[in-house]
Amino acid sequence: MEEIRIGVYICQCGLNIAGVVNVEEVAKYAGTLPNVVVSRHYRYMCSDPGQDLIKKDIQELGLNRVVVAACSPKMHEPTFRKAVEDGGLNPYLYEHANIREHCSWVHDDKKLATNKAKDLVRAAVRRVYYHEPLVIKEAPLNPNVLVVGGGIAGMQAALDIANGQHKVYLVEKDPSIGGHMMQLDRTFPTLDCSECILTPKMSDVGRHPFIELLAYSEVEEVSGSIGNFKVKVRKKARHIDESKCIGCNVCEEKCPWKTDSEFEMGLAKRKAVYIPFAQAVPHLAVVDPNLCAYIKSDGKKCGACIKFCEAQAITPETLLKQTDQIIEFDVGTIIIATGYDQFDPSVIPHYGYGKYDNVLTGLQFERMTCAAGPTGGKILLKDGREPESVAIVHCVGSRDQNYHEYCSRVCCMYGLKYAHLIKELAKADVYEFYIDMRCFGEGYEEFYKRLSEEGVNFIRGKVAKITDEALSDEEKGKLIVVGEDTLLGKIVRVPVDMVILCSALEARSDAENLAKIFNINRRADGFFLERHIKLDPVATPTDGIFIAGCCEGPRDIPDTVAQAEATAAKALSLISKGTITTEAAISYVDETICSGCGICEALCPFQAIELQPRDGKRVSHVNEVACKGCGACSAACPSGAIAMHHFTNEQILAQVEALFS
Amino acid sequence: MAKLKVALYWAASCGGCEIATLQIGEKILKLAEAADIVFWPVAVDVKYADVGKMPDKSIDACLFNGAIRTSENEHIAKLLRAKSKLMIAYGSCAYEGCIPGLANFYNRQMIFNRAYVETPSTDNPKKIYPQMRVKVPEGELEIPEFYDTVKTLAQTVDVDYFVPGCPPEEKSTWLALEALIEGKLPPKGTVISPSTKAVCDECPRKKEEKKIKKFYRPYEIIPEPEKCLLEQGLLCYGIATRGGCGALCPQANMPCTGCYGPVEGVIDQGAHFLSALSSIIDSNDPEEIQKIVNDIPDPAGTFYRYSLPASLLRRARIK
Repeated sequence: MEEIRIGVYICQCGLNIAGVVNVEEVAKYAGTLPNVVVSRHYRYMCSDPGQDLIKKDIQELGLNRVVVAACSPKMHEPTFRKAVEDGGLNPYLYEHANIREHCSWVHDDKKLATNKAKDLVRAAVRRVYYHEPLVIKEAPLNPNVLVVGGGIAGMQAALDIANGQHKVYLVEKDPSIGGHMMQLDRTFPTLDCSECILTPKMSDVGRHPFIELLAYSEVEEVSGSIGNFKVKVRKKARHIDESKCIGCNVCEEKCPWKTDSEFEMGLAKRKAVYIPFAQAVPHLAVVDPNLCAYIKSDGKKCGACIKFCEAQAITPETLLKQTDQIIEFDVGTIIIATGYDQFDPSVIPHYGYGKYDNVLTGLQFERMTCAAGPTGGKILLKDGREPESVAIVHCVGSRDQNYHEYCSRVCCMYGLKYAHLIKELAKADVYEFYIDMRCFGEGYEEFYKRLSEEGVNFIRGKVAKITDEALSDEEKGKLIVVGEDTLLGKIVRVPVDMVILCSALEARSDAENLAKIFNINRRADGFFLERHIKLDPVATPTDGIFIAGCCEGPRDIPDTVAQAEATAAKALSLISKGTITTEAAISYVDETICSGCGICEALCPFQAIELQPRDGKRVSHVNEVACKGCGACSAACPSGAIAMHHFTNEQILAQVEALFS
Repeated sequence: MAKLKVALYWAASCGGCEIATLQIGEKILKLAEAADIVFWPVAVDVKYADVGKMPDKSIDACLFNGAIRTSENEHIAKLLRAKSKLMIAYGSCAYEGCIPGLANFYNRQMIFNRAYVETPSTDNPKKIYPQMRVKVPEGELEIPEFYDTVKTLAQTVDVDYFVPGCPPEEKSTWLALEALIEGKLPPKGTVISPSTKAVCDECPRKKEEKKIKKFYRPYEIIPEPEKCLLEQGLLCYGIATRGGCGALCPQANMPCTGCYGPVEGVIDQGAHFLSALSSIIDSNDPEEIQKIVNDIPDPAGTFYRYSLPASLLRRARIK
């Protein structure tokens, strides 16, 4: 065996490490360890001169192993592997010791921290002794893309990719694409009509030859990994014949069964068979099986839609026999754009949502001012009168330790938009209760300035409660908004006819399930976690899966669209390369040991292991392209037949033993 | 050719290994042809003192069964090591500690208390425990020391080969004896068994997907005759146990209990079995998982039934 010659480099990281750890002492100590040929410390190992030190030593001193003690390997392991490779060694003949996050940042006793850094370096030196060169391979990437969510983010991403002539599967759980943006009336700060700018995009998506739209469908299962994901989608039964439905709406007109419309936020009714809204894409009816009397009575009652459907798209067959379909396909990359849920303000009892008729959420008010909405664009109280005064309450569920600590980022602006619309449409007095006015986007501050000249009463303070208990004649028959005006330093009671609650945007109720399906993480606030908050904001820690829009946290439309375009660019860049680099630190099976018990096969999250026949028996086989090196099989193998390259027992035990010696 | 000299010894074990050596049947004639037995307390009247007088390395091979429980076990292990060219840890007790090794979940005082005071059939109100020395009119009597911890043979003396099993099956025994007789010895440290793979390799039961919703004890169900026992919820140790036995227990509808020790190259059999089992519990709900796991009776004794002294744990820490 060749002589092992190890080079050790201790990074000062400015004062990040050197401020706590005595790097000179650590470097000196490392020099005394077996097989260490050279040991240095340097200000910034990740800098070009730092990396050059390594390359030079490899060439001049004949190093064949390298250890760098620096920051987290998540940050710079790839950097130094590359440097080692540039120096002429296999990149896996490298080991990284984390003496920043694991040491200098979390300790203040310099002596103890220095000792710990020595321990970590000693363990890394011992481990690297056993490192073996590994081969990195390339595998083809499937150019098809899955986009999950048919809101503005998903549509934009799908269009960008499809316009590059790559196939996109767009999966939307609702009967129509459009998302929350379709429910909005006008968009701040330009006040252009939301559906006017959205419907052309929707029809582009619906017609695009490179987009396969799977509406009213949900992703059930994803396996595999970047380049080769296998996707299973449940296409829910519409209970109509999609090939025959012409979207004429006659079924909806004739259907006698009603319930609250989801699209109209409960301000209007929809039927048991319905088209969600006039511009729905695909423009197809859908039957609600929990409401349809024909389905519930197993064909004994009603059946009006069957009679009146001239296209014969609704038949006893479609109503009673049609079942969900499972559709399976393969893609190389995935974009998740599943959006948000509106915070339910009824959980704050003192705001009276659900108790008082004229306390509305933001999305309900959007529907009210929309010309195509339930009131024909008029702002009306429940009894049909126009309000004389309206209060707008900011930060409902946001910036509130009891609910969500984060700022929902859009409420200040839509609150201002409401104030403008109320002034314009109802000529009513407006009282706007805010904590801070956050108007940071393009044209936002200008919009705020414009509103402050429109006679809106701005009251800085959080609303304590909304009540109908009048203390004076003036308050009788009104909703009284009680809060503190922090600028005046006094409690105010404002009697109004209507209150709009600027509800927070929160993570979708199914986000946890989605995170499991796609094997991605969530933050403490429930939204999906990006790979790096600043430098990789639309990627996830899972390679090949990207996130856009409000599923990653509250954001406005321009940011959402920009993110969607970013995810499309990420996917397109992978597609244009066409191959993926496979992980080299993967598992392998010793067939002389494997008894074919099959524990590993069911366990592999990437379906990379299968049992293959050998001499009448079965042994495990690892698919080297699919294996991501997670180690689950190796840890579970009861007979030690599966080991991991780069995480061999020898390497790990050497490291552990060195750490405690 | 001079006949081989063979010694057999029985330390802390049940005696099953002694009988297992006879399981080779008529092949014993071949053994008798090739070897003389110079020491075998259970069958041949040779005293310890006689062994002491034998020249060092004069015995060709010693088949030592039993763990090291007492100072006597240790003394004889060292004596036989000195006198023998090859030391073979024969059977699970010598190899891994086995059932006597389960005593390592307790200490000497706890064991004495249980054996000489607490057991329902014991009447010992004065709590008299065995003493190492006692004075009688004729002088002082001494019995061996009972150690706190049971050790394997290899933790006590240098061992050349290991024959696994509780007790070793005929094939394994003969494989070792044949190697000896024919002088075709494997590399030092070899675990002599017809298989390097797990019991599953020899088990004819059909294996499908291993997902467990509930563990059963053998008396609770009548297992399907052809399906993998583990897949039926029986704690079959076959996946983590070296084969060579011919999968006898699973073929008799009894789950493997792990007596052949770890598969070649595995450091800790119990940890590997535990890790594998925890991977196939069919639930993501912590409460349900807890419920499923609670059905495993005596987990420590189940996972380390044969291997506690040889495991990474070795023994329980008693406060």
